[in-house]
Amino acid sequence: MLEITDLVKDFPLPDRSRLPVLDIPQFSISAAEQVVLIGESGGGKTTLLHCIAGITAPTSGRIGINGLQLTKLSEAGRDRVRAARIGYVFQTFNLLPGFSALENVWLGMSFAGKGHDRNRAVDLLQRVGLSNRLHHKPHALSVGQQQRVAVARALANRPTLLLADEPTANIDPANQQKIIDLIRDCCREEEVAMLMVTHSMQIAEQFDRVERLEEINRVHPDEAAQGDQE
Amino acid sequence: MNLFYIAWRNIQQRGLASVLTMLSMALGVTLVILVLSISWIITESFARNSNVGYNLIVGAKGGPLQLTLNTVFYLSKPIEVLPYEDYLELLPGSGRAEEIARIGGRIAEPEREGKYSLYMSGGFAIPVCLGDYLGPFRVVGTKPEFFEQLKYGEKGDLDYEFKTGRNFLDYSDENGYFEAVLGAHVAREMDKQVGDTFKTTHGDPEGEGHGQEFTVVGVLAPTGTPNDRAAFINLEGFYLMEGHSRVFEDLANPDEDKSEVAPRDIDQPPRLSLEKRDVTAVLVKPGRGLFAMQMQQSIKKSLRAQAASPIEEIGTLFNNFVNPVKYTLLGLTIVVCVVSAICILVSIYNSMNERRRDIAVMRALGARRDVVLLIVLFESMMIALGGGLIGWVFGHALAKLCSPLVEERTGIQLGFLNSITSVELLLVPGLILLATLAGIIPAVVAYRTNVSQHLSS
Repeated sequence: MLEITDLVKDFPLPDRSRLPVLDIPQFSISAAEQVVLIGESGGGKTTLLHCIAGITAPTSGRIGINGLQLTKLSEAGRDRVRAARIGYVFQTFNLLPGFSALENVWLGMSFAGKGHDRNRAVDLLQRVGLSNRLHHKPHALSVGQQQRVAVARALANRPTLLLADEPTANIDPANQQKIIDLIRDCCREEEVAMLMVTHSMQIAEQFDRVERLEEINRVHPDEAAQGDQE
Repeated sequence: MNLFYIAWRNIQQRGLASVLTMLSMALGVTLVILVLSISWIITESFARNSNVGYNLIVGAKGGPLQLTLNTVFYLSKPIEVLPYEDYLELLPGSGRAEEIARIGGRIAEPEREGKYSLYMSGGFAIPVCLGDYLGPFRVVGTKPEFFEQLKYGEKGDLDYEFKTGRNFLDYSDENGYFEAVLGAHVAREMDKQVGDTFKTTHGDPEGEGHGQEFTVVGVLAPTGTPNDRAAFINLEGFYLMEGHSRVFEDLANPDEDKSEVAPRDIDQPPRLSLEKRDVTAVLVKPGRGLFAMQMQQSIKKSLRAQAASPIEEIGTLFNNFVNPVKYTLLGLTIVVCVVSAICILVSIYNSMNERRRDIAVMRALGARRDVVLLIVLFESMMIALGGGLIGWVFGHALAKLCSPLVEERTGIQLGFLNSITSVELLLVPGLILLATLAGIIPAVVAYRTNVSQHLSS
C-alpha cells in the first residue's frame, strides 16, 4: 500500500551546504496494516510523515501510495492525493476554532471535492462518541473530545492511509489509551492502513509491528535533529 | 462546504474586527449614496428648469449667466434694466401699437410694428420686473400671460396650476391693479392665503417698504421650480409703486420725435405712462425656434440689450460649476471607500499571523494553495459587499428621511428607490475590485504559508 524507496530529504543551510534528515532505502506498509514508528526527538519522524502526506517534497526517492507515485506529482497533485487518500491526525489536534465539530469533519471532505456527506460525518462523530457534541465549537470540547473530532475528520474521506503524529502527546494518561483504541478500531473497521508516531513504549508495545526510525534511516539522529522541524 | 461558507465562518470567527471593518466600508458607501442622491437632486432640479418654456431672455447688456440666474432662478443681485420701449419691439404683429394705445405715453412712431414682430408671429414676449422682496423672497412684476403661456417640467408640457384661487388680472374692479399670486413655498413660509394682503420692500429683503398693498388672489401648486419661491404681482401695480418710475435718456429717439398717445381705457385708473417704465428682462419665445438664434444675434448688435439663451446658460452653469463640485464630492467619497478598503486589508492582514496555523491545517487537509488564496479573497469581498449593502440601504434610508426637507426646498420628491442612479450599478464591480485589491496581499500571504513550519509551530 505504501512503498518508500531511496527516500532522501535534506534542507538547505545558510552556507549553501545541505543538512540531511532522511535517507531511507526501503520502507513499506501493507493495506490495513497498523505500524508504529518510534525514535528520538528530532530524528525526522514528522518530516517523514510530511513527505508521505505530500506536504513536503522529498529531495529524491520514490513514495508510492497504492501504486501512485507521489513524488512524480506537482504540489497541487499531491494536495489532491492527500485530500482523497490520506488522513492526518496531529499532535495538537488542529481543529479550526471557528467551525463546529460537525463542520470540522465536513471541512476534511470539502477539499477532496466530494461535497459534504452529512450522514458520513454524523456517523463518524457518533462512532467516536460525540453524537451529542455535533454543533459544539472546539473551545467547548475537552482535549480528549477535540482529538476524537480530529480522528473523525481524518477518516472522513475514507482514506487508504492514516498518519498519526503523536496523537496522545497532549492528552492526559487516563484518556490516552481510549484515543489509541479509538484510532485503531476505526482504522480496522474502515480497513485503513496506519502509521503512528509515538514516544510511548507502552503504546508501541500494543502494535504487532514497531519500527525504529534509527533502523530504517541512514542519517544519524543527532545530525537529523537540526533539520527535522524545518 | 463551499469556499464562501468557509470564508463566512472566518469572518464570524473575527466577529468584532469584521463588523468594525464592515461598518467603515458601510460609512464610505453611505457617503457615496448621499453624494449621488444630492447630485441626482441637483440634476433633477436643473432638468426641470432647463426647459423654461421660452428660448431667450432679453435684458440689459452684461453677463448672460447673471441675466439667467436673475430671471430663471431669482438669484444674484438685481441687474440693470431696459426701457419699456425695448419690450414693445419684441411684441408680435400689431402688438406694439396695441400696447401703446392701451397704456398711453410719449413714444416715437406709435403706429408701427415692433422691430422683431416678424420673428415673433405665433410666439410671445413676457416682461419681468425684479427688485422687490416679500420677506426673503423675490417679487416678480409680470403680466398674467406668465402663467397662461409659460409651461414648465422636463418636457415643458406642464401648465401652472393654482392650488387655491386664480391668476391675477391686469385690472379688476375688486383690487384694481394690485393683485398677486404666490408660489407654494412663499405662501407656506409667509403664512399667506387667498384674500390676504402684503406690502413689498424695495431693493433687498431689508429694504424700505412700499406703502402699496397687494391682495393675494391665487397660490400656485408646487412645481419644483424656482417659481415656488417667488411672489408674482401685476406689472401695472408694480409700476404704480413709489420709486418704480424712471426716465431714460433715449438717444436714438429724441423727445422732439415722440408724440403723446392717450390711453384707450379711460374708465380705468391711470397707468404709469410708457416712457417712465422699465423692465428687468423679457422672456421671449419666437414664432419658430429657428428664429431664436437670428434674434439673439440681432439683439446682440443693439446698444443696450442682450439676449441670453437660458438652456445654454443653464448647461454652462451645470458643466462649469455644478459638475466639478459634484465630481469633487464623488472623488472624496471614493477616497473614503479606498480608505475603508485599506481597513479591510489591515484587518485581514493583521489576522494572518494568528490564522497561519489554520491555513496550514486546511492545506494539510488537502486544500490547494489557490483554494486558500480564494478563501481569503472571498472574505475580503464579503466584508466589502456586506458593508456596501449596509451602506447602500442606510444611504437611501437617510435620503428618504431627508425627503420632506428636500421636497420643501426643491419640490423634488426623494423616495427610497426613485433616486437610484445608474452610477450605483458601478458600486458592485467597484467594491469587488476594491476588495480584491485589499484582499490580495493577505491572500498571497495565505498562498505562501509554509505548511510544515506552521503545523509544527
